[in-house]
Amino acid sequence: MDEKREVVFLARGVTKTYLMGEVRIQALRGVDLTLHAGELVVMLGASGSGKSTLLNILGGLDHADGGEVRYRDQDLVRADDRALTRYRRHHVGFVFQFYNLISSLTARENVAIVTEIARDPMSPEDALALVGLEDRMDHFPAQLSGGEQQRVAIARAVAKRPDVLLCDEPTGALDSRTGIRVLRVIQDINRELGTTTAVITHNAVIGEMADRVVRLADGRVQSVEDNPIRKSPDQLVW
Amino acid sequence: MRAIHRKLWRDLARLKGQVAAIAVVIAAGIMVLILSVTTLDALTLSKDRFYDSHQFADVFADLRRAPEGLAPRLEAIPGVNRVQTRIKAPVRLEVPGFQEPVRGMILSLPDGRQPDLNRLYLRRGGLPESGRADQVVISEPFAQAHDLHPGDRLTAIINGRLERLIISGVALSPEFIYQVGPADLLPDYQRYGVLWMNRRGLAQAMDLDGAFNSVLVSLRAGAIEAAVIEALDLRLAPYGGIGAVGREDQVSHRFLSEELDQLRVMAVVLPTIFLGVAAFLLNVLMGRVIRTQRQQVAILKAFGYHDRDIALHFGLLTGLIVVTGTLLGILLGSWSAEALAGVYAEYYRFPEMSFRLRPQVILLALAVAAGAALLGTWRAVRQAVSLPPAQAMRPPAPERFRHSLLERSALGRLLSQPTRIIVRNLSRHRFKAFMSMLGIALSGGLLLLGSYQFNAVDHLLDIQYRLVMKMDLHLSFTDPTPERALAELRTLPGVQYVEGYRSVPVRLVHERRDYRTVIQGMEARPRLRGLLDADYRPVHLPPEGLLLTGYLAEYLGVRPGDRITVEVLEGHRRTLQVPLAGTVDEPIGVSAYMERRALNGLMREGPALSGAWLMVAEYEQDRLFERLWEMPRVAGIGMIDDAERQFRDYIQDTVLVMMGILLLMAGSITFAVVYNNARIAFAERERELATLRVLGLSRSEVNWVLIGEMALLTLLAIPLGWAVGTVFAWLLNQALSMDLFRIPFVITPATYAFSAAGVLLAAVLSVLLIGRRLARLDMVSALKSNE
Repeated sequence: MDEKREVVFLARGVTKTYLMGEVRIQALRGVDLTLHAGELVVMLGASGSGKSTLLNILGGLDHADGGEVRYRDQDLVRADDRALTRYRRHHVGFVFQFYNLISSLTARENVAIVTEIARDPMSPEDALALVGLEDRMDHFPAQLSGGEQQRVAIARAVAKRPDVLLCDEPTGALDSRTGIRVLRVIQDINRELGTTTAVITHNAVIGEMADRVVRLADGRVQSVEDNPIRKSPDQLVW
Repeated sequence: MRAIHRKLWRDLARLKGQVAAIAVVIAAGIMVLILSVTTLDALTLSKDRFYDSHQFADVFADLRRAPEGLAPRLEAIPGVNRVQTRIKAPVRLEVPGFQEPVRGMILSLPDGRQPDLNRLYLRRGGLPESGRADQVVISEPFAQAHDLHPGDRLTAIINGRLERLIISGVALSPEFIYQVGPADLLPDYQRYGVLWMNRRGLAQAMDLDGAFNSVLVSLRAGAIEAAVIEALDLRLAPYGGIGAVGREDQVSHRFLSEELDQLRVMAVVLPTIFLGVAAFLLNVLMGRVIRTQRQQVAILKAFGYHDRDIALHFGLLTGLIVVTGTLLGILLGSWSAEALAGVYAEYYRFPEMSFRLRPQVILLALAVAAGAALLGTWRAVRQAVSLPPAQAMRPPAPERFRHSLLERSALGRLLSQPTRIIVRNLSRHRFKAFMSMLGIALSGGLLLLGSYQFNAVDHLLDIQYRLVMKMDLHLSFTDPTPERALAELRTLPGVQYVEGYRSVPVRLVHERRDYRTVIQGMEARPRLRGLLDADYRPVHLPPEGLLLTGYLAEYLGVRPGDRITVEVLEGHRRTLQVPLAGTVDEPIGVSAYMERRALNGLMREGPALSGAWLMVAEYEQDRLFERLWEMPRVAGIGMIDDAERQFRDYIQDTVLVMMGILLLMAGSITFAVVYNNARIAFAERERELATLRVLGLSRSEVNWVLIGEMALLTLLAIPLGWAVGTVFAWLLNQALSMDLFRIPFVITPATYAFSAAGVLLAAVLSVLLIGRRLARLDMVSALKSNE
C-alpha cells in the first residue's frame, strides 16, 4: 500500500468505556489506527472485540473517552454535538447490520431522507440503480427481502457521495449468496466512487476483498495486514 | 414533498388508532370548553340584545294606587331617564278546552301603542287597536301551551268581573324572559300566562281611571340605582308603594342571572377539569408515542439530521393531532352548544338565540391543547435526541430488575413465569405504571363526575317531594284571610286534611348583605310541610325567632342567636329585629320560617292566613277544583305532582343534558386512554413477547403478560378513580350551590359502580382490539427488525 496516500482517519490511544445495565464494559483500551483515502479496510474481530464501538466513534455516532481521533483535520473527540451532526451529514455514510430502514417510507423515500439534507447528492433513483434496485424503488421495507433491504441501506449511505462509507456487519443478517451480492455493491462503490470504506465483520473470509485487514481483540488492534491480492467478492466462499 | 414529511403522514396513518384516541381526548376537553362558554355566551348575548332593543327597565315599583299626575314628579328624580306608569293586575283565565284553573298577570299598554319601557316583541298579530277594551296580546309560551292564535277568544276574571277577550297578538317581553307565576320556581305555561291590554279597559276593570299601580323606570348613564330607589320609595310610600326594586330583584332577571351564574361556574369548573385531565393525558400519551420511535430518532441523527429537525418533525406530528382534535372539539362543541341553547330556549324566551363562537375561546382551547401536547412531545424528543445515536440504536441495555417484595413473599412462589414478568415490569417501571394508572383513574374520575348528578338529582327530588312538600295542593289567597277559612276548606269534597300558612314578603338584612324572600308562618309541627335538619330529621318551629335555609344563613353570615333585620314588604312595612333560632336544610329554594302565630304577632294582626295546604282524595279532584275555582279568595292553586314533574323535566333538560354530554366525553376519554396505554405497552413489548413465543410459551401465556398487566393497572386505577371523581364532583357541587336549588353531595354506590364499569368496559374493548395484534405477532420479523 502506498503510505503517502492522504490520511483520512487517524486514531491514537482511543479508549471507551460504557455501562451496559450494571456491567461496566471497557470496549476500547487504546486503539491506534490510520485509514487512507480510497482504501477498503476490513476490521475483523469477535463479538466484544470493540470493532462496532470503534466504527461508531469514527462515524461520529459516539464519543471516545480518551485518546485522539481525527477525520482529516477535524478533531472528533472534542467535537460537540452540532459539529458531529454536521460531520455525519456531509461526510459519512452508514450501513447497519439490521439495515435500520424507516419502515413507513419506500425504498426511494428512505434514500431521499438522506439526499434531501446532503450538499451534493446523487438522485435517489441513481443511488438505487447503483445497487441494482431500480425496479423496487416504490416498495416498502416490509416488501423487500433482507438482501434488498441491505442494498437500500447501502444506496442510502452512498447517495450523498460520502467521503467515507462505514459498514457494520453488512452481511451479518444475510445468507452467503445475498451477502456476496451486497459486498459486490460495496466494492463497486469503493472502486468507482473512490469512497474510503471500512467494513467490520467477524467473518474472516471477507478480509480477502480488502486492501488491508485490521484485527481487533479485547479492545485493541492486534494486527494490521496488507492484502496484496484483493479478491473479488464473487470469489469469496463461506 | 420531503421524505421526512412523508414519514410524518405515514406515521400518522400507521398510528391512526392512537392518533384518533389522542385526538378524542383533546376534542373532549375542547368540546366541554366550547360548549359551556358558547352556551353562556349565547344566553348572555341574547339577553343583552333583548334588553337593549326592547328598553328593559332598570327599576320596578308596585303600589296600591297613585294618580297619573305623580309621574312627572317621578321623572324629576335625579338619575331617572324615563318613567312608564301602568296597571298590573292578577287575572284568572278560562281557556277553552282546558279544565284546570289558569292564573295570569295582565298588564296595561298605552292605548294602541308600544310602551316606552319593556316593549313587546310581537311574534304574530298586532297590538290591541286603539280604543278597543276587549283585545289582548298574550305571551308566546302561554299561546303555545294552549295552541292559541290571534283571533281566538279567552274569558278572564279581572277584579271579580268577567271579561270576554279576543287575542290580537302573541308577544315576548324582556320582563318575562323567564315567565313564572308568583311564588313559583319553574314556569308552567299551561297554568300561568301573561297578557297585555289597552290601559283604559284595564283601568275600568280595576277602578284605576287616571291612576296607576305599577311603574317602570330607566336610569341615566352613571345614575346610582340605590339613590333612585330610595327617592322612588319616598315618593310612592303615601300611595301604598311596597318598595321599588332593581333588576337584580326582578323575577325573570333574577332567575336568568342565576342560570347564567350557574353556567358561568360550569364554564370555569368543567373545562378546567376536562382540559386539565386532557392536557395531562396528552402529555403522557405523546411522550410515550415518541419514545416508541427512539430508534428512528437515532437513525435520523446518524444521517446527520439536526436535533431541531427531529424536534420539528415530531412537533408537526403533535401539531397535526392537536389541530385535528381541536377542530373536532370545536365542531362537537358548537353543535352541542346549539342543542343545549335550544333546551334553554324552552325556559328562557328570547326573540332569537344569538350565537357566536368567540375566537379567543378557540385560541385558548388551542393553546392549552397544543401546550400540553408539545410539552409531552418536547420532553420525549429531548430524551430521545440526548442519547448518542450509537447508543440509541443498540437495543436498550437490559434493565436492572429486582426481586420484588411480592415475589419474596410466600405468595411469590406460586407465581408463574409470565406473572413474574408482569410483577417485575410494574415494579421496575413504577413511575410509568403510576402514570398509566393515574391516567385511567382520571378518566374514571371524569366518568364519575359526569354521572353522579343523575343519582344525586333523584335524591334531591325525593327529599323535596317525599319529606318537604308533603301536601297535594297548595292554595294561595288573594289577601290575608282569617283562620276560619280553614273550616270552610275542610268541608270541600275530597279534602282530607288542611293546614294554613301565612307568607309575608320581606327583605332580610344582616350587616352588608340583604336578601328578598318570604317568611313562611306555619304550625309548630307542620304535617304537610317538612322542615329538615342536615340529617333529614324533622325540625320543629320554636315559639319565637326565625329559621333560615342553611344556604341563606350562610349567605347572610348569621348564626343562631344573631339578630336579623327584617323589612316587612307588606301591610305596615315596618323594620323589625328578629333573632335567628336555627337553620334548616332544604335542597330547593331559599326561605325563612316562623311559627305562624308568632309571625301574626310580628305583623300585628290576628290569626291570618295567606293560603293553605291540602291533602285530597284523588277521585274528588275535579269536583274540588270546581269548588275552589268559585271561591273568590283563592288566587292560585298549585298541584305538587305537577310541580315535581316540572322540576324533573327542568333538571333533566338542563343539568342532565349537560351532564349526559359530559358523560359521553368522559367515556370517550376513558376508552382513548386505556386503548392508548395498551397500544403503547404492546409496541414496547413486541420483541419481548415474540421472544417468549419463540421460546415456546403458548399464545395465551404470552397474551397474559400484556393483558395481565393492563388488567392489574386497571383494577388498581378504579378505586383511585373513585377518589379523584369524588373530588371533582365535590368541586362542582360546591360551585353549583345556588338559590334555586342545591344538589346534595350524594354519591351512591350505583355511581361508583358505573364509573368502575365504564373503565372496565374500556379495558375490555382495548384488550379485544389489541388481541388482534397479539394474534398476528410475527415472531421472526419482530426478532429481526430493530424498530
